[in-house]
Amino acid sequence: MDLTLSESELAFQAEARAWLEANVPAEPLPSMDTEAGWAAHQAWEAKLAEARWSVVSWPHDYHGREASLIEWVIFEEEYYRAGAPGRVSQNGIFLLAPIIFDHGTQEQRDRFLPSMATGEKIWAQAWSEPEAGSDLASLKSTARRDDERGGWLLNGQKTWSSRATFAHWGFGLFRSDPEAERHNGLTYFLFPLDAEGVTVRPIAQLDGEAGFAEIFFEDVFVPDADVLGAPGDGWRVAMSTAGNERGLSLRSPGRFCAAADRLVELYKSQLTSGNPPVEPVETHADGVVDAWIKARAYRLYTWGTVTRLADGGELGAAGSVNKVFWSELDIALHETALDLLGPEAETESRWLDGYTFSLSGPIYAGTNEIQRNIVAERILGLPREPKGASR
Amino acid sequence: MRFVLSDDQRDFASSLDSLLASSDTVSVARAWADGDSAPGLKLWSRLAEQGVNALVVPEGSGGMGASPVELAIAFELLGKHAVPGPWVESAAYLPLALGDAATVEALAEGAIGTVAAPPHVPYALDADVADRVFLAADGVLSAATAGGLTRSVDGARRLFPVTAGSTFVELVETKAEAAFDLAVLATSAQLLGLGERILADTVTYAKQRRQFGREIGSYQAIKHQLADVRIALDFARPLVQGAALVSSTRSTAESSTASTNDRARDVSAAKVACADAAYLASRTGLQVHGAIGYTQEFELSLWITKVRALVTAWGTPAFHRGRVLRSLVETDGER
Repeated sequence: MDLTLSESELAFQAEARAWLEANVPAEPLPSMDTEAGWAAHQAWEAKLAEARWSVVSWPHDYHGREASLIEWVIFEEEYYRAGAPGRVSQNGIFLLAPIIFDHGTQEQRDRFLPSMATGEKIWAQAWSEPEAGSDLASLKSTARRDDERGGWLLNGQKTWSSRATFAHWGFGLFRSDPEAERHNGLTYFLFPLDAEGVTVRPIAQLDGEAGFAEIFFEDVFVPDADVLGAPGDGWRVAMSTAGNERGLSLRSPGRFCAAADRLVELYKSQLTSGNPPVEPVETHADGVVDAWIKARAYRLYTWGTVTRLADGGELGAAGSVNKVFWSELDIALHETALDLLGPEAETESRWLDGYTFSLSGPIYAGTNEIQRNIVAERILGLPREPKGASR
Repeated sequence: MRFVLSDDQRDFASSLDSLLASSDTVSVARAWADGDSAPGLKLWSRLAEQGVNALVVPEGSGGMGASPVELAIAFELLGKHAVPGPWVESAAYLPLALGDAATVEALAEGAIGTVAAPPHVPYALDADVADRVFLAADGVLSAATAGGLTRSVDGARRLFPVTAGSTFVELVETKAEAAFDLAVLATSAQLLGLGERILADTVTYAKQRRQFGREIGSYQAIKHQLADVRIALDFARPLVQGAALVSSTRSTAESSTASTNDRARDVSAAKVACADAAYLASRTGLQVHGAIGYTQEFELSLWITKVRALVTAWGTPAFHRGRVLRSLVETDGER
């Protein structure tokens, strides 16, 4: 076992750190879910891309550096340590791009990836439907064959589509075979959000901002060229593990370590602030310690995962172990920060924004209940619940 | 950068695991608790032949010269199989604390040593079977005499108050700290093994036990609790391995204050996480087993009572959280 970085990894780390120090905006950008914030975040993506930091693990031809998985984690650590802006392109570069690399055609790669890397085109996910949340395979939105024009007509409704309010393109699953059930007969589509027949209705989130939206489809034509993978094979394409490894399932430890370090700083500043506290600051010491320990555990755990993946292993159900842990850590960490802020906690602050965002963690990307089922069934080998069980 | 066990380390783990699995350690532990130490001493000698007692003893003193990573592997398995005896004392604390080469060599060959190190370790474990009994207090390590048996919640932990004898050696502070930290690491690894064992046995039980016409393990109320145990253990293990790495690179080098702080912080973090995870495993394991788990006769009682004892052994959770906090507040949170 060995936690030391190689010469080239250290050089990569130093280069990333120096560039971020010189370029990260001193003041946080306005929220990406506002019009002004959206533009500012898109401009930041362009700046990252120009210096080849937007998609470090991608091939050189698509604005990347062909960085290893270890280097990707290093970059993410530096990124969050530097307090750099949230990634407005996240859904595209972390969730969709790996699938385009694995299942897309060369033409699709050439057409979609460069503008995704530069932030010129931002992508929104379109998975959930009003009646299909945790039970995603029960989705009802349809794709009807249009042989005359060489494509498909999409109908139905998607919801909770992150970034869809301002995004340019969307991706999601539609039922292309009305006879097939559940995981069969679904097709993975890519579609412009300004296409004829698409209506996007923003939904204000808990914090009042339109971070997600509903998308309505009325005979929206999508050419065959914008189908990802084979028609009818959408579920397999969407669930392929590659799509998750660098995205949500392997959420970079950098963000939690950086947040835990900021929490320690907050604790120290509250200790010495001279404001008479409502209760002794030390009351919250355990929360600070536990958040720091868990962030460290997450970092070390991720290095283990990265080593196994580099050796050719697969993430598999361990992604669910990961997701439950980081999403609960994120909430606990922010709760402790709010505890430390005392009666000021309810007023606007970065901590409050972070707290509100953290509340969505156990819900999106597969609720933690679904993740615990996966851990119990696929890792512990416990029996599946009988179909239609009411207990 | 490789944060997984090497092939050699995995082989070491699997051969020790098979040895213990075929040693009927449950009967050994029960006999030990009843005051019949013969089977336990036999197992002790067998493990000494395998070098378990000599892992962190330098090769020059008849030891294996292995790293704390191997020590952690061994202690996880000692925990998993509930092996009784003063292992932490003989194989982790004393080899580092003792300056006396002859005693360290004897321990490496299988002599049994134990120690009380108040305030965190008020009693000497299994002093009745030990060849050497020590008291570490006030900067000296004294040969000590044991008093009467004090019962632990874990019957296989036989505790004895000790009084200092007349022979003593000076206990260099840096050595005492390094020895204490290695004992904390070993205890953390033991807790991890106990937690893994409880989870494995409970999963097996939940697949067999049927109520309302189906396996209780098919109910989400059970599944989700067991998933949480899996998650807690998965994130405790890297803290043990990370702390073991820090202990190995830093204990050989000259110990600067900064590196000693890192080591203390990291072993304390590991102890906090392992105690929490193992305790969660024990509570969940008991709940899922129901009444059968609440009996002394059923094996689960061995692991559950040992978890409870080790949660506060070699530093309580509050002490270790305090140590982590001090290191964070006094330095910057750099990891």
